Amino acid sequence: MRVMYFAWLRERVGLGAEEIETGAATVADLVEELRAREPRYAAAFADMRAVRVAVDQETTDLAAPLAGAREVAFFPPVTGG
Amino acid sequence: MTSSTAGAAMNVSAKVCVQEAPFDLAAEARALSAGRGDVGAVVTFTGLVRDMGGPEGSAMTLEHYPGMTEKALREIAAEACARWPVAGCTVIHRVGRLAPGDEIVLVATASRHRQAAFDAAAFLMDYLKTRAPFWKKEETAEGARWVDARETDDAAAARWG
Repeated sequence: MRVMYFAWLRERVGLGAEEIETGAATVADLVEELRAREPRYAAAFADMRAVRVAVDQETTDLAAPLAGAREVAFFPPVTGG
Repeated sequence: MTSSTAGAAMNVSAKVCVQEAPFDLAAEARALSAGRGDVGAVVTFTGLVRDMGGPEGSAMTLEHYPGMTEKALREIAAEACARWPVAGCTVIHRVGRLAPGDEIVLVATASRHRQAAFDAAAFLMDYLKTRAPFWKKEETAEGARWVDARETDDAAAARWG
């Protein structure tokens, strides 16, 4: 599964995208898995109220299932325009 | 640069584009009515980088999510075309480093009568600001910082129901 990070999440994790082998059932499970992996992920996911998520380029929430998902992205609330 | 044009029902054309290059406001506005006699109103909105008093006059860098950005903009444009009787709409958003006074975003709408064009343009901007995956990083006197999302933008989008 391709996992992507944008804005300050990208800076905290230290990369924009990576391929991850995971059995996580939901986005929340994936976040827990990453947090346990290394401190940089724990830093990026320290306050999930400030994190938005998209699965296969559709905005969703932490409870979203990951079965069949190809791409998961984490980013702060958007500030375009 | 990515661009897409999709013709939908009622001869509506929606164009969305994400690019580093500047855009031509007049050319985009003209294109919405070119060759058709049923357009009586064209409304355009242009967003500019404000000078917030940073070291280099508050330049900023816009990051986005290639692929999802264009998809989100197409969905927002389709929603506007479904809600109002518009003949066409254009959304162009720039990315990369921009300086104060630079144009960031263009929204243009065309319709038979003005109210639909005004409303659709306001809707497009409100939805774009809360749903399209762009992020601004400002250069300030204290260093670069990511711009926080504003609750007023959420409220503006919520008024459309």
